[in-house]
This record gives sequence, C-alpha cells and structure tokens, in this order.
Amino acid sequence: MNLEGIIQETKTYYCLECGKCTSVCPVARYDPSFSPRAIIEDALLGFEDELVFNQKLFSCLTCYTCQQRCPCDVDFPIFIRQARAIAQGNGQHGIYAHSGQLQSLARLMTSPDIKQRRLEWLSKEYRISDDSDVLFWVGCAPYFEPIFEDIESRALDITEASLRVLNFLGIEPKLLPDEKCCGHDALWTGEVETFKSLAEHNTKLIKEAGVKKIIFSCPEGYRTFKLDYPKHGFSVDCELQHISEFLAEKIEKGEAKFNWIGKKVTYQDPCRLGRHLGVYDAPRKVLESIPGIELVEMEHSGWDSVCCGTSAFTNCDSYSNMIRTERLSEAASTGAETLITCCPKCQTHFRCAMVDKGEKKRVIPRIEVMDLANLAANALGGGK
Amino acid sequence: MAEFEPKIVAFACNWCTYAAADLAGTSRVQYPPNVYIVRVMCSGMINPDYVLRAFERGADGVIVAGCKYTDCHYIDGPVKCDAMFAKLKRLVHILGLEDERLRREMISTSEGTVFARVVEEFVDQLKRLGPSPFSALGKEKVAV
Repeated sequence: MNLEGIIQETKTYYCLECGKCTSVCPVARYDPSFSPRAIIEDALLGFEDELVFNQKLFSCLTCYTCQQRCPCDVDFPIFIRQARAIAQGNGQHGIYAHSGQLQSLARLMTSPDIKQRRLEWLSKEYRISDDSDVLFWVGCAPYFEPIFEDIESRALDITEASLRVLNFLGIEPKLLPDEKCCGHDALWTGEVETFKSLAEHNTKLIKEAGVKKIIFSCPEGYRTFKLDYPKHGFSVDCELQHISEFLAEKIEKGEAKFNWIGKKVTYQDPCRLGRHLGVYDAPRKVLESIPGIELVEMEHSGWDSVCCGTSAFTNCDSYSNMIRTERLSEAASTGAETLITCCPKCQTHFRCAMVDKGEKKRVIPRIEVMDLANLAANALGGGK
Repeated sequence: MAEFEPKIVAFACNWCTYAAADLAGTSRVQYPPNVYIVRVMCSGMINPDYVLRAFERGADGVIVAGCKYTDCHYIDGPVKCDAMFAKLKRLVHILGLEDERLRREMISTSEGTVFARVVEEFVDQLKRLGPSPFSALGKEKVAV
C-alpha cells in the first residue's frame, strides 16, 4: 500500500492539526523530537521520504492514547503500522531491542520444516486433554524464558498460573505443540509477509484442532487473533477469550470461589487489552471478587492508563525507561504493595526497569509486579 | 544428486581464532571450504541474534569461537560468550534446532591445525544431519 492509500484507510485527511495527539502521547512527553501531529503533517504534505526514513516512526507505542483523544477519529496507530510496512519495504526498521532476537525468532518460525519443542516446561501436575474443545494459547512465553532470564521476566509463570486456573475451574485445555508466534510484533514492526505466513500456519492448525474456544493469557495474541487475523483474511471461527474475561464469566456464574488474600493492589491496563479491545471491567471484577484484595486505582487508569513504555520490542530507549519509571512511581504512590497487570510484556518491561543498573541518577520505585493469572491461581488455592 | 554440502558460519575473534584460521591458511593445512568466517573483535561481543540471522540466511551450522579464558584481550570476553552461548542453546532448542548445529570452540592463535580439525569434524557432523530446518528461508529475501 502506498502513502495515499494509508491516508484514505486511516482517514488521516480529517486531521485538524489540533495537536491533542502530541499533547497526550507518552513518548512525546519525554522525547521532544517525536510528534504524532508532525508525522501526520508530513504524510498530508506528501513528504513520504521524510516520513519513511525517520527513525522516530518506530518510536510510537501504538498504545491508542492519541486515537482516543482525536476529535476526528484519525486511526494513528494503524497509520503508523502501515507506514512501517512501507519503511520495511525500503529496508528501514527501528532499533530492535534485545539485539533483534525476538524479530529473528518470528522470521525463523516461518520456516515450514521446524519441529518446535515448546512444551518441555509442561509438568504432569497440569491436566491437559487432546479431545478438549477449549484451546489454551501458550504464545511466546517459552521463548521469553531464556531471553529474559536475567531480568526475571518469568512470563512462563503466567502461562502456568493460567493453566492452574483453568484446571481448578474444571477445564482441561488442549495445547498445540506446533503453534507459532501469533505475528503481533512482526505486524506492528511492518513485516507483513512474516505476519501473514505465521497467521496462515496458526489458523490452519486451529481449524485442524477443531476447538470451539481459545483462551489467551497474553492480550497481544488476543488482539491479533480477534482483530488482525480477520482483517488479513484469516479467520479461526471460534470464541476468543482472555483469561480475565474467562474468570469474570465464571465469577458471574458463581463457579469461582476465591480464598482470602490480604493485599492492597493497583491495576495496570495493558494497552492491547484496554484501549485496543475495550476490556476494562473483567480484570477489575476478578480483583474485586477476591476477598481481602483492596484495589486502589492509579491517577491514570482505565482508558486513560499509561503504556508500559515499549511495544513490539522496538526502539526501547531512555525515553521508554522514563515512561516506565513514571508509571512505576504512579503505582507506588497509590500505596499499593503489588502492581497487577494482565500482560506478560507489561510484566517483563516493568521488571526490567526495576533491575536496570544504567539508571543511577533517578530513583526507580520498587513495587511487586504480578500478573492477574498468578494472583487468581493463588486465590483459588492452586498457587505455588 | 550431488552430495549435500553444508554451509558453516564461524564467528571468530580477531585475536585468537581468526589468527588461527589465518595460520591454517599460511601453513597450508587442508580443510573443507564450507566455512564462512566472520571476524569479530571479541567473542564476548557476539550476541544471539548474529547466530539466529546466520541460520535465517541459510547456514546449516554455526561455530562461535574465540580465545581461551586466559588469552582474552578484553579480560572476560570468553566468560560473556559462554553465558550468551548457554542462553542461545536453550533458545534454539525450543525452536527445534538440533543441538549439534551449534559449536562453541576456544582456539588459540597457534592452533591452526586445531581450527582445520574442528571444521573437518563439523562438516562431517552436518553432512550426517542434513540441511538445517531453516534452509527453506535462506533462499528468500530477508529484510536486514
């Protein structure tokens, strides 16, 4: 797609140049050279080269904060995504975090001949069944384990906790040993071909599995399956649910009974789950129904919450770290002892900010970061 | 059909292994021509993505080689390399790559013959294993 097509698709021509996007943008708050308004202006004036060969194109968090404030509903995140595809076509990409391993992994996974060993962590304590009509999407968590070992991301803990929750509520899910990366990061960094190849594999696999429902512990996978697969012509024809929505449903039916956990917590809305998909109430409902949990909201919460600072593992710089530190300070200032998130990547990024040794001048607040699935598993009595 | 000729990418540190490969050449030690040597300043600067990209572009095996622990010009390069290599091994294991496609070697400057022997062994090993599971990707254009 060319620039003109993107402008048509995302209705960029409606832009009033009011600058609300730049004033709310978490990146622009710290990085004066990044401005969504200026990027849109470049596009409308037809300065394609200025737009595409600008590193700042990859600094956008695609967190949808700007799109919510926009008075004329310009879809800026999608604009960025499409512009990145053009940039990739011109051999441009952002500065990949973690030396680009995660992007390389996604590309390597597109090879048809691989036989992954992604379920080796699975121990016998989890009950899984191949005949089940509920599928649990594992996602990238097994790969995060070696990559983020030293920052104690522990994304796999979230996966295991989710399995415990499902088992405890009487569901023996099916797991797919051959699932591949959902392609979220590839799509949002502009590698559309990689995304399509992964999506094709995954949808075929799910159709063969013949399941009726897929449960995700990762909002990024959830978003990709729910919005991006159908948009690119891959549909899975099943019910999709995030683990928090699943828990909220069970609570409504009165099937989930939690044990007492005395904790003051605050909740970080992941941008994919919150602003992208509009799931704000389900995680809060889960938190409220655990006895002993006191939920205090941060200054910016719900649709107004601040992103964890990096998306798609691209352009993670000192500005990202500032966003993260600010968010952690906000969480700590509520007086909560634990910051609950719903996204393995939020957990990874916040924990990374707290072990960062490069930031000597600023005080990074310490607060326990935990996923909702872990808390729920503990409260159900299935915790470790 | 012609016999399968594996492609090997060797990341070799400037001070030891690259010099050893050079010595193997100047001493006219014979070894298979399957290896593509990439000179790096220190084995400690190799990151997992270098190796992943080599596989992405059609390498069948990768050698990560550098100085011995006491020879490093930058004090602790080999220790860093070991830590990286352990991580990388776990990563490619999940990805489904055979463990034998990765080799960590420490070859000192004077060991030209050792370098030649390592390459010979590795070529034999890879011939038994066949093409890498990612070889289908190597033929396509890959974004840099």
